[in-house]
Amino acid sequence: MSPIKRFLLSSNGRKTVMALTGLFLILFLVVHLAGNLQLLVPDQGRSFNEYSHFMSHSLLIQTVSKLNFAFIILHVLYSLWLTKQANAARPVGYQGRAAKETTTWSSRNMGILGTLVLAFLLVHLKGFWYELKFGEAPVILYPGAEEALPDAFRVVSEAYANPMYAMFYVLSMVAVGFHLYHGFQSAFHTLGLSNYRYKPMIRTVGTIFAVLVPALFALIPVVMYLQSAGY
Amino acid sequence: MESTSLNLRLQVWRQPSTQASGKFETYELPSVPVHASFLEMLDLLNEQLITEGREPVAFDHDCREGICGMCSLYINGRAHGPQQGTTTCQLHMRHFEDGETITIEPFRAKAFPVVRDLVVNRSAFDRIQQSGGFITVNTGNAPDGNAVPIPKTDADEAFAAAACIGCGACVAACKNASAMLFVSAKVSQYALLPQGQPEHRERVLSMVQAMDEEGFGHCTNTGACEAECPKGISVENIARLNRSYLGAQFSGGGHAAGGGSSMA
Repeated sequence: MSPIKRFLLSSNGRKTVMALTGLFLILFLVVHLAGNLQLLVPDQGRSFNEYSHFMSHSLLIQTVSKLNFAFIILHVLYSLWLTKQANAARPVGYQGRAAKETTTWSSRNMGILGTLVLAFLLVHLKGFWYELKFGEAPVILYPGAEEALPDAFRVVSEAYANPMYAMFYVLSMVAVGFHLYHGFQSAFHTLGLSNYRYKPMIRTVGTIFAVLVPALFALIPVVMYLQSAGY
Repeated sequence: MESTSLNLRLQVWRQPSTQASGKFETYELPSVPVHASFLEMLDLLNEQLITEGREPVAFDHDCREGICGMCSLYINGRAHGPQQGTTTCQLHMRHFEDGETITIEPFRAKAFPVVRDLVVNRSAFDRIQQSGGFITVNTGNAPDGNAVPIPKTDADEAFAAAACIGCGACVAACKNASAMLFVSAKVSQYALLPQGQPEHRERVLSMVQAMDEEGFGHCTNTGACEAECPKGISVENIARLNRSYLGAQFSGGGHAAGGGSSMA
């Protein structure tokens, strides 16, 4: 067996794939958030539309985007593969309930949280990405602009005018937050980048990240719903 | 004045052999002295069962002072019982209440098949250990004590890792039945010392491979192992193992496929 094949088949190697894809997706969240926050700029969506037009016409961004999809799929497939191994490792379960106080809820429920995040992702991609890429997106011509831009801002603001849809986004961000709470520091641990000295820092940064990033993402549908409702 | 004895109801896993299917049986055990150890309590149960002409409960034990790693048991949802940092033999009945129902199960993992009742076969750990948990030295006169300088912190960490008694509580407590804490302790106790360096890369690769072949689960960094470890082995060792594994994987060098020694 070649060394690289043995690595990719080993439980450590597979965990490394989970950690690296996870960290890439964490990085993606930051870029995505920076873009999305432009939805809150009060200019009839101009900066957001210009930004999304730029993103969809940049070769670099489009390449990274394809990589991103590949990593999401890898992350999901590897989690299923590892879960299968874990289930096989304990064919007869315990009757006594496992101790709850020794581990975090997030760490025990990454599979459930991940499934919720994936379900959100499918709805999210169908609603925005698919609509804008393959659907009949409205266009808008801003004063002084040379060409009309696809009005991504309108697609988003119309979607968030529905309180159920906005609520779904907010709740999904809670799942993302809990997934990140364990995932962030776990990825560093799996890559061996954690030790006595850095562990407290990784935990602190991970916790702040897991609260702040989903909270800012959730802020957008809340604000846009309130705007549409006339507040 | 607290009562000096307990009346207990015990739910015990009974399984005649590896192949046979097992089930819980419930026993009433009166007048257990609070000063008895948990294993002495099981001795009392077995005396009662023998008197009644029934099969005694099989369970593992040896030194009864927390250093051999032979005792096991998953008690009320905790490996080695509710007390932190102790083995089952160091657990005493004063930590239980009168009239309490105590559920006693074997450590459960595919790699730890039940031999009988509460006894499980943990020889998977021996095979992992044999795959790399050794160093090669020229025998002869013992070397001078301080001939090889070792930083105090490294010596302390190596010693802390070497405190692992291989009881398997980490596997029992892990939701994935992962053996990573055990393997990482066995790797770390050599990784931190100069004597462990010649075989370091090979050791890491071989022991992880042996661990996977035994059918243990993967590590999801929940930390349940560290919490249940009677010797307080830290999950920092797992990070060190991961670091070493990646290093060994990508630093080249000859590691023969199949975990054998490399002759190249």
